[in-house]
Amino acid sequence: MAAATPTTRPMMRKPKPARSPWLHVGMIPLTLLWLSPIVFVVFVAIRSFDDIASRGLGALPMSISWEGFETAFAGGGLMRALGNSIVVTGFGVVLSLALSSCAAYALSRFAIPGRRAILLTMLAGNLLPPQILLVPVSAITEAAGIYDTLTALIVVQVGFGIGFYTFVLHGFMRGLPTEVFEAARIDGAGAGRIFWQIVLPLSRPSLAALAALATTWIFNDLIWAMTVLRTEAKFPITAALLNLMGGYSSSWNVIAAGSLVAAIPTAIVFFAFQKQFVSGLLVGSNK
Amino acid sequence: MTTPAPAAAPARPRRAGQAVRALRRVPLLVWVFLLIPLVVELFWVFWPAANSFSLSLTRWDGITPAEPVGLGNFSALWDDPIFTRALTNNVIWAVGFGGLSVVGGLALAVALNKPGPLVGLYRSAIYLPMVVSLAVTGLFWRVMYAPEGPINAGLDLVGLDSLKNQWLADPDLALYAVLIAAVWRQCGYIMVLYLAGLKSCDISLEEAAAVDGASAWQRFWKIVMPQLKGVNMVVFAVTVIDSLRTFDIVWAMTRGGPYNTTQLLSTYMFQQAFTLGNLGYASAIAVVIFALAIGFIITYLARQARAEED
Repeated sequence: MAAATPTTRPMMRKPKPARSPWLHVGMIPLTLLWLSPIVFVVFVAIRSFDDIASRGLGALPMSISWEGFETAFAGGGLMRALGNSIVVTGFGVVLSLALSSCAAYALSRFAIPGRRAILLTMLAGNLLPPQILLVPVSAITEAAGIYDTLTALIVVQVGFGIGFYTFVLHGFMRGLPTEVFEAARIDGAGAGRIFWQIVLPLSRPSLAALAALATTWIFNDLIWAMTVLRTEAKFPITAALLNLMGGYSSSWNVIAAGSLVAAIPTAIVFFAFQKQFVSGLLVGSNK
Repeated sequence: MTTPAPAAAPARPRRAGQAVRALRRVPLLVWVFLLIPLVVELFWVFWPAANSFSLSLTRWDGITPAEPVGLGNFSALWDDPIFTRALTNNVIWAVGFGGLSVVGGLALAVALNKPGPLVGLYRSAIYLPMVVSLAVTGLFWRVMYAPEGPINAGLDLVGLDSLKNQWLADPDLALYAVLIAAVWRQCGYIMVLYLAGLKSCDISLEEAAAVDGASAWQRFWKIVMPQLKGVNMVVFAVTVIDSLRTFDIVWAMTRGGPYNTTQLLSTYMFQQAFTLGNLGYASAIAVVIFALAIGFIITYLARQARAEED
């Protein structure tokens, strides 16, 4: 395009210089500054306690020590916390997406009376400040006998997330071409089979985007975990980390190492699914 | 169906008949598909939310039966200096967090809008913090703000040791220190929203204005900004809703301290509920948070409803 334009409209090209180097002059330091907290945390995490104590927290590492990671894993029970987080995230993401794709299918492809009101109500539920739910939710889990279990955390995450995922999937499923459905119906496929064999496979891109997003949300959650869990052994990594910090408040290398361990899984999701992740962020803010 | 009905045909019974037929046309399985998720959400979101309202009118410790106190909790809130502090802090937070991350995110989006060498790298770096949870972001910045930490060491290095501070322990600075950490994480998100907004802007308008001699600054404010109206509204609503929810990062960095100077409504609510066990009082704070948020929730919903219509 850029190469073709000047031949047709040679006058248009002249005022634009190729590319201003000022962008890079500004952006390179800014990018480094932006990444500096992460870099410093890495630096602190790979230093030994003695090194930090003698040369100060702000000094650069002279040698690599895994002491921080070892202490975090051994004394902080990070492995178990990481396991809890993975269980909750796995079940949470799959269940929320399964339930919301069912709801989105029903609302987008069938003449359900008041479907727009239902849809917006569901979305509204997700926008509520969680604070208005905390006390009753903790009481309800207690009454249901699931307080202080991972099940409670999963159920709460699913309940709270469903509205948003349904809304996004609805927007996508509504746009699927009608012809596909008619063809399937003529072939005698029922609502269930159409959902399973046509709608779900076609919705894969938006499901992937939501899965990337939901994974980071659920994995990164702190407030729900603190609301429905009490026993340390059941804490997901975010809550476990804050506890760890209480126990090792002067061991900066342990805190830094633990924080990195908690950040790495979502960072992997981010780098592996960057495109889906970004498109996931955009859903719900569509123009 | 869309052909105009013969004038004033008995419309009412006909529409009712249509509705019944429509109901019947929806297979049972589809009703199940809709009702299960709906019931889950009603039970875990709307039912607890409704409960919070009734709890806010009681004094309850979670063990003995709740004792109705009418609006007593709300009048007590009014006289509670920590609550008013939290409310003020929340306003500062919404303005500072929202303002800085919108200005930063928009500036970055404009700078990184056109593809080019390294631009992808810059973008990734700016939104990388977003994958780090708010709790972990808080821990990262605790390391940064530590008395002997990188920020103070850096100030030493460039000879500005007079600016060195106990960032998180200083009652005058702690809130802003936490705020900077939150902005660091939020900018990338706002940038992504604006990048998408810019992509859907009509470039020919800007080119035409450039030909007419409009400066870059004029073009941005007169041509690009009006086209970003939709994104601006989403960003505004999302930012305020987020500000009122903010909990993790404050809890991880200061737990509302020192001397409640970083207390936000959400942290104070949590402390009242789960540290002190004043569940009725905490519910009253939650109701205040809800009341502050609801206007923005409706704004956001109205926009989404309109988008649904097109």
